[in-house]
Amino acid sequence: MTDTPVLSVRNLVVEIPTRRGILRPVDNVSYDIHAGEILGVVGESGAGKSMTGNAVIGLLDRPARITSGEILLSGQPIHNLKGEALRRLRGKKMGMIFQDPLTSLNPLLTVGDQLTETILEHLGVSQQQARERAIAALEEVGIPAARSRIDSYPHEFSGGMRQRVVIALALCAEPDLVIADEPTTALDVSVQAQIVALLKRLCRERGVAVMLVTHDMGVIAEAADRVAVMYAGRLAELGPVREVLTAARHPYTSGLMASTPLASQGHERLRQIPGAMPRLGNLPDGCAFHPRCDYAQDRCRRDPGPTLETCDGRAACWFPLGAERKQEVGA
Amino acid sequence: MLAYIIRRVFQSVLVLLVVGLVAFSMFSFVGDPVDNMLGQERTQADVERLRDQLGLDQPFVVQYWRFLEQAAQGNFGLSYRQGRPVAEILMERLPATLELAFVSGLLALVGGIALGIFTAIRRRGVSANVIMTASLIGVSLPTFLIGILLIYVFSVELGWLPSFGRGEVTRIGGWTTGFLTESGLKALILPAITLGLYQMTLIMRLVRTEMLEVLRMDYIRFARARGLREKSINFRHALKNTLVPVITITGLQLGSIIAFAIITETVFQWPGVGLLFINAIQFVDIPVMAAYLMMISVMFVGINLIVDMLYFAIDPRLRVDRTAGGH
Ligand SMILES: Nc1ncnc2c1ncn2[C@@H]1O[C@H](COP(=O)(O)OP(=O)(O)OP(=O)(O)O)[C@@H](O)[C@H]1O
Ligand code: SF4
Ligand SMILES: [Mg+2]
Repeated sequence: MTDTPVLSVRNLVVEIPTRRGILRPVDNVSYDIHAGEILGVVGESGAGKSMTGNAVIGLLDRPARITSGEILLSGQPIHNLKGEALRRLRGKKMGMIFQDPLTSLNPLLTVGDQLTETILEHLGVSQQQARERAIAALEEVGIPAARSRIDSYPHEFSGGMRQRVVIALALCAEPDLVIADEPTTALDVSVQAQIVALLKRLCRERGVAVMLVTHDMGVIAEAADRVAVMYAGRLAELGPVREVLTAARHPYTSGLMASTPLASQGHERLRQIPGAMPRLGNLPDGCAFHPRCDYAQDRCRRDPGPTLETCDGRAACWFPLGAERKQEVGA
Repeated sequence: MLAYIIRRVFQSVLVLLVVGLVAFSMFSFVGDPVDNMLGQERTQADVERLRDQLGLDQPFVVQYWRFLEQAAQGNFGLSYRQGRPVAEILMERLPATLELAFVSGLLALVGGIALGIFTAIRRRGVSANVIMTASLIGVSLPTFLIGILLIYVFSVELGWLPSFGRGEVTRIGGWTTGFLTESGLKALILPAITLGLYQMTLIMRLVRTEMLEVLRMDYIRFARARGLREKSINFRHALKNTLVPVITITGLQLGSIIAFAIITETVFQWPGVGLLFINAIQFVDIPVMAAYLMMISVMFVGINLIVDMLYFAIDPRLRVDRTAGGH
């Protein structure tokens, strides 16, 4: 892929000033997403997945803010846009899908109202055309009898159908990038797969770039082209989905895999990573993962934290798995 | 929904029956009306005749039923003090109170909602904080004090507005209105502010709290993520959701304006039913007091019912009869 990526995040840092000092929920994160590609983002709760997505779409809650790095949308820097300029991009160039379809839709406006207002805002079409587009958008996400259901209120749809409506809303102004923050977490297991399949189909058919945040390794395996694994605000591993899932290089990724039931893994016992992710306020020196890492050595505690750039470009680890493990000699 | 309405109507009737009982009991427990009505010089025959005329010799339940029957027809008997039918006296006084309550209610509603939205949207702004602080004073100052302060500033010191009465009124059928003359309108200003200020601050704080709550909801965030304009987010998405819970309490507040009018009417010598009630208390004019109580409670209950219906109109989730069946 030689074309400009739809989304390019370069050394992004998000900081939250607090009384106890400055926290970095996103620390030096870089990745690209190309048209028609799904980047899966995984990591434990609090790893900074949502924070990264919110930073991209410009919806960080105070006092969190971007302090350095760049966000390029189709090559154009957007990280320093504000107010009106940013608003015009939202919905039109980038959409967002949230976790809970029950709370993402305004209960007092019909589904059609919410769709047409978004379409009218971004596309120069008439009221009538907007309505037709709204119906088409509902049909595209698989709402049966869209024409007759467009004037229904959100509560008249089931959870899975509502998430389809949310997806239609995020995509109705034809953005190039969609950030889906745990779009299946709040859903019934039975409809999760359908929603993932829908996202995948829309991504392929429309050539949308998708950032798919999830806890679910199964979802990653099913939908993602590449995976970014986050730990304590940093990227731990970034690579093509097959390689990362079958041959994890970062000990944290491998730990995550071992703790997830995946069909491909057969009947091995699930193993949790011991300990918990450290709080942002007291990250350990060196590699943030070292207190929990089976392979930690002196260098891990001593040297500044490894990054993708300072390591092999795939895993932020001094001693990646798979590579020949050299024992540190002397000090 | 129909079942719900029927239940609410039933409850309302029950409330009115209880209030009616209280109002009626006043007749028997607060002194002997015959003593009050006939002066020192009376004969036993006078007493008997009056007792008979007032139906005071019959059993309690029968009297209560008769009272209800009469009350339902707007007949509350004769005022002990004026000797005229209470209904007639009330009807004379009612327009003054209703016009005052209407203007204050409008002021409270429009001002309260507008300021509530403003202070919620600009919650970090200086002016919003000034308004919030001022509203604390508004809530804590007693009504009569506000009235007196206003009179002092605008009537005594500046001499701009009258300090008492209704000004010139125009008679239209059985109604007297102060809306049509300059002096009538001028006379309305201070009492309306006095009466409406408290409700306005309450509504404002309520709207603000609700609005802030709503602005934190996911669907507002999602609306933002879709690139909708702030104007549309605030007034289309947030305001409507804010009004659902606000409407109930606001409705009740407006109902209580009529009751609160007693104080304002006394301060401004406003010739409404509130002032009538105060005077009736001084003279233990039980029929007037009872009628006033009944009238206020009917209004309260009526407003309550209307508020409930509004609730249905605004929130589609409550209109259960049109669920289209999900998947
Ligand atoms: N206002 C704040 N003050 C301090 N820390 C905050 C604040 N907001 C967020 N954080 C921290 O930022 C970190 C990143 O949070 P984020 O929501 O991005 O995590 P996540 O990876 O999406 O987790 P989850 O899987 O639970 O959604 C968390 O550790 C959180 O505690
Ligand atoms: S750098 Fe060291 S501590 Fe960190 S993950 Fe790699 S081996 Fe473990
Ligand atoms: Mg999250």
